[in-house]
Amino acid sequence: MNIFVILKRTFDTEEKISVSNNKISEDSAEFIINPYDEYAIEEAITLKDAHGGTVTVVTVGDEDSEKELRTALAMGADQAVLISNEDLDSQDQFTTSSVLAAYFKDKEYDIILGGNVAIDNGTGQVGPRLAELLDIPHVTTITKIEINGTTVNIERDVEGDLEKIETSLPLLVTAQQGLNEPRYPSLPGIMKAKKKPLETLELDDLDIDEDDVEAKTKTVEIYLPPKKEAGKILSGDTADQVKELVSLLRNEAKVI
Amino acid sequence: MAKKVLVLAESRDGALRNVSFEAIAAAKEISGGGEVFAVLCGDSVHSLANELVHYGADRVLVAENEKLANYTTDGYYQALKQIIDEETPEAIVFGHTSLGKDLSPRLAARLESGLISDVTGLEQAGENTVFTRPVYSGKAFEKKLINDGLIFVTIRPNNIAPLEKDESRSGEVKSVSVEIKDLRTIVKEVVRKTSTGVDLSEAKIIVAGGRGVKSEDGFKPLQELADVLGAAVGASRGACDADYCDYSLQIGQTGKVVTPDLYIACGISGAIQHLAGMSNSKVIVAINKDPEASIFSVADYGIVGDLFEVVPLLTEEFKKVLV
Ligand SMILES: Cc1cc2nc3c(=O)[nH]c(=O)nc-3n(C[C@H](O)[C@H](O)[C@H](O)COP(=O)(O)OP(=O)(O)OC[C@H]3O[C@@H](n4cnc5c(N)ncnc54)[C@H](O)[C@@H]3O)c2cc1C
Ligand SMILES: Cc1cc2nc3c(=O)[nH]c(=O)nc-3n(C[C@H](O)[C@H](O)[C@H](O)COP(=O)(O)OP(=O)(O)OC[C@H]3O[C@@H](n4cnc5c(N)ncnc54)[C@H](O)[C@@H]3O)c2cc1C
Repeated sequence: MNIFVILKRTFDTEEKISVSNNKISEDSAEFIINPYDEYAIEEAITLKDAHGGTVTVVTVGDEDSEKELRTALAMGADQAVLISNEDLDSQDQFTTSSVLAAYFKDKEYDIILGGNVAIDNGTGQVGPRLAELLDIPHVTTITKIEINGTTVNIERDVEGDLEKIETSLPLLVTAQQGLNEPRYPSLPGIMKAKKKPLETLELDDLDIDEDDVEAKTKTVEIYLPPKKEAGKILSGDTADQVKELVSLLRNEAKVI
Repeated sequence: MAKKVLVLAESRDGALRNVSFEAIAAAKEISGGGEVFAVLCGDSVHSLANELVHYGADRVLVAENEKLANYTTDGYYQALKQIIDEETPEAIVFGHTSLGKDLSPRLAARLESGLISDVTGLEQAGENTVFTRPVYSGKAFEKKLINDGLIFVTIRPNNIAPLEKDESRSGEVKSVSVEIKDLRTIVKEVVRKTSTGVDLSEAKIIVAGGRGVKSEDGFKPLQELADVLGAAVGASRGACDADYCDYSLQIGQTGKVVTPDLYIACGISGAIQHLAGMSNSKVIVAINKDPEASIFSVADYGIVGDLFEVVPLLTEEFKKVLV
């Protein structure tokens, strides 16, 4: 089976965020594989173990993304592709999905796995957009997948409810928490990853004209929310605190 | 410039979702005096159409087809694509719900348009509508616009105020027949895990429990408080991992993102991944026995104490004042 994972290198949102020059500052930021994409990698490896084939991880990013690709290889993916975005002046989800579609155009794929949302920019657009451009079905926020021949049975999370879906290959799915527990790269895995193939492609290699993938949206401002004033910690006898709280919620905060 | 705006209305359990009314309000603003029309899809939803008019839609198109009984990407995609081709709206507003998140990128790709997802506010800047959306798990915000062409946005529930309901508003309600061909994904079964009560992502008030509730039974006092307030019950991952409640209740980075008017956190320490899902709530109350717990740093009001003592007292007090 030809299994692909689309992976994004993201800013670790556990980090403190600061803004300078109308941009999120990346100084001293930690970058990681988008956590949902880790589920996608894990599932891809599990599918390969069950059905055979190869796992290819693909990202659109800058040269630093090699680090996240190597981590995916160390987890057990077979090969990686870095599509360089360094010639792009602007990039939004339209851009990213168009670039990925150009890559997949002449590939044979049975299944493409991605995360359901990137935790930094958080739109969840790239997977479904790509599926549409490739004219294959997609299923988002999956928590279980079973493949028998070309029939695919999936469970997905729909705002807390569980939906059981039947569909077929080729297919694109996006991973939700609960799909699996991603493995940590093992030491031998890390050693092997260094020798696994990692291909870098330029937009030219994919016959992409920058103008055709120019972003459709523009960010005009990035700002931090106003700092919250320190809250009021109540004191006194518990029963009095409770009375005071109810009164504050009704009269000061006016939410009840 | 006046624009024609399409709003996709959503129903759940036979009732329209609030986010659809909020979407109409957003659409009104984008339209700049143009026409706002709502699209309602399903197998028997006609009776809901008038309420959309009462909330401000100028016109409602009802697309009924048995293949639209359950949401499927392909079914809704085909219905919407057909309506968009016929109506050629200049802007489209969906809710940023499970359905909206699944469908909007696919349509945007087909329409070759930009899409601004998870919008929490909007304003006019000259000719443009500028949209605000949280990024980096709510730690920052960005203002975005669509360069040109179709404006397509999804709005986060609970952030944009709907118009006042006015039953004297009138508007045309029209059935449209849509042709639904093959569905490549079929819904075999829907297993309800959420309670039929208040939907977490749209709840105005949420009472959430963490590992501090200590057991499945420990959620009972929280549920009682929620019942009195008409609130939904949520949880931290700590509580879900410990099996005190179902994962469908989880709030946070890997759970639901919520922005209720009031969030009452009981026995939740306030880990960064939890805050990612609730820190933009309008008012936050923390009840925790540890005065150093980080939840207090985002709380507007805090009570340091045992939740098993505080929560029942709170329920009693609300019962008294809310009669
Ligand atoms: C130089 C530069 C400029 C940018 N300018 C803008 C801008 O002006 N406006 C703007 O909106 N964004 C901008 N971005 C951000 C970037 O366009 C988006 O982060 C990207 O399109 C992914 O969208 P998302 O974060 O919403 O991912 P989502 O759609 O939330 O991601 C969902 C899933 O899609 C897959 N995926 C996402 N991104 C990639 C990727 N790059 N490669 C492979 N798979 C991926 C992953 O599986 C991921 O889990 C810029 C980025 C760069 C590097
Ligand atoms: C990748 C990743 C994603 C994650 N995603 C999420 C997510 O989406 N949502 C989420 O919530 N977490 C998430 N987490 C987990 C998060 O880091 C915390 O572990 C979790 O939120 C802790 O849950 P808690 O606050 O219930 O438990 P704890 O941290 O154990 O806190 C329990 C609190 O209860 C208090 N307490 C105990 N008894 C009482 C009592 N009788 N009365 C009052 N207070 C009492 C204690 O003082 C303590 O503060 C994620 C973690 C990772 C690594």
